[in-house]
Amino acid sequence: MAVIQANEATFKNEVLNAQGTVLVDFWADWCGPCRMLSPMVDRVASRVENAKVVKVNVDDNMALAQQYGIVNIPCLIVFKDGKEVNRSVGVIPEKSIEELLKA
Amino acid sequence: MYDIVIIGAGTAGMSAAIYAQRGGKKSLMLEKLTYGGQIINTPDIENYPGIAHISGYEFSEKLYRQASDLGVKLEHGTVSSVEDEGGLFKVKTGDNSEFTGRAVILATGARNRHLGIARENELVGKGVSYCAACDGMFFRKKDVAVNGGGNTALGDALYLAGICNKVYLIHRRDQFRGAERDAEKLKVLDNVEFVLNSTVTKLNGDTKLESIDVTDKNSGAVKTIPVSGLFVAIGQEPENGAFANLVNLDAKGYIVAGEDCLTGHSGVFAAGDCRTKSLRQLTTAAADGAVAATAACEYIDRL
Repeated sequence: MAVIQANEATFKNEVLNAQGTVLVDFWADWCGPCRMLSPMVDRVASRVENAKVVKVNVDDNMALAQQYGIVNIPCLIVFKDGKEVNRSVGVIPEKSIEELLKA
Repeated sequence: MYDIVIIGAGTAGMSAAIYAQRGGKKSLMLEKLTYGGQIINTPDIENYPGIAHISGYEFSEKLYRQASDLGVKLEHGTVSSVEDEGGLFKVKTGDNSEFTGRAVILATGARNRHLGIARENELVGKGVSYCAACDGMFFRKKDVAVNGGGNTALGDALYLAGICNKVYLIHRRDQFRGAERDAEKLKVLDNVEFVLNSTVTKLNGDTKLESIDVTDKNSGAVKTIPVSGLFVAIGQEPENGAFANLVNLDAKGYIVAGEDCLTGHSGVFAAGDCRTKSLRQLTTAAADGAVAATAACEYIDRL
C-alpha cells in the first residue's frame, strides 16, 4: 500500500481513527539508521496489502514523539484499530518488519 | 554458483565486492540487516583520506552504489553455517536458503557490546541506547549517563553535554582509553560528572529507565543515580560463532587472521572488524576488503 506522511494535525485521522493495521515509522533526516530502514519499510509497504504505512518525522512532530514515549529512532509502532499492539526500535530485517505486522 | 560469497555488507564487505567484481569474479554479499554496517550510526566521518567530511549514511550509500554498479549481488539473510565441501563452500542462511561459492570472505564486522545485565534488552527504546547521535535529542534538558571510556564514549558525552542537563560519565577504570583532547574538554564542563572505577550493575524503573545503580570497583559501594537515559559505549564484540568449524577464533571471538586476511583455511578469508587486528577503522576495513578480495581472486585463479 502507499506510504503516507503524517503530522501532528493528521495523525489522529490517519492512524488512530484508521481501521485495521497501521505501521508508523518514526524517523529523522539526520538519523543514519532511520534512512537505511526507510526504504526497507517502503518495500514492505509495497508488498503487503492489509496494512497502511505512515511516516512521522520526529523533528517536525516532537509532540507526537513525546506522546508515544519515543526515545530511540528509528522506531516502528504497529497500531490495530487505533491501539498500539507492537513496537520495535533500531534497524531490523524486512522479514522482521513483516512479522511485527502480524501481532 | 558464485566465485566469491562475501558474508557481511559493511565497509569491508562492500570494498571486497568492488575488488572482486573488478577482478572479474562473480560475487555475492549476504547481509542480515542492511548494507552499511556500523558506520550508518556515525553522523560525521572526518578521518577517511580524501573525503574531508561525509555522513556514515551517505558513505554507505555511495559505497553500495559503487559495488552494485560493478554487478555485485546482495541477498538478505543471517548465515547459519558455512561448509567446505571439497573446495566448494555451501553457505546456508537462517531461512534455509543456500548459496555456493569457490571462495568465502568473512566480513561480519562487530556489534555494540551490551552490558549483559538484567532488563537491558527490555529497556532498549525506554532509556537504554547504543547510539547517542540517534537518540540524544530525546533527552534534551534531562539527566543521562554514558558508560564507557573509549573514543565513542567520550564523543557521546561531549555531544550529550551540549543538549542534556547533566551527563554522568561512568567508566570502569580511572583513566580513559579515548583521545586525551576529548577527556580534557569534558573535564572543564560544568554539567559533566565523572564516575570512575565503577560499573553499571542495575537498571531501575517500571516502564522506562528512571535510575541506574553504579558499583565502585574498589570499595564495593553502590550508589543510585537518577537518569532517564543510559548510553552504552563499551566497545564492540564480534559475531563469528557460526564459523568456528571453519576458522580459528581468539578468546574474544575474533577470527584469527593477519594483515594478509588469510585465515589458515584454504579459500576462506577474513576482512574488517571481524578479524584480529589492532586498529578498527573505516580505512582499515576498506583496506582489508581489497586485500581479502585480491587474495580470493588469486586463489580462484590457481584452482
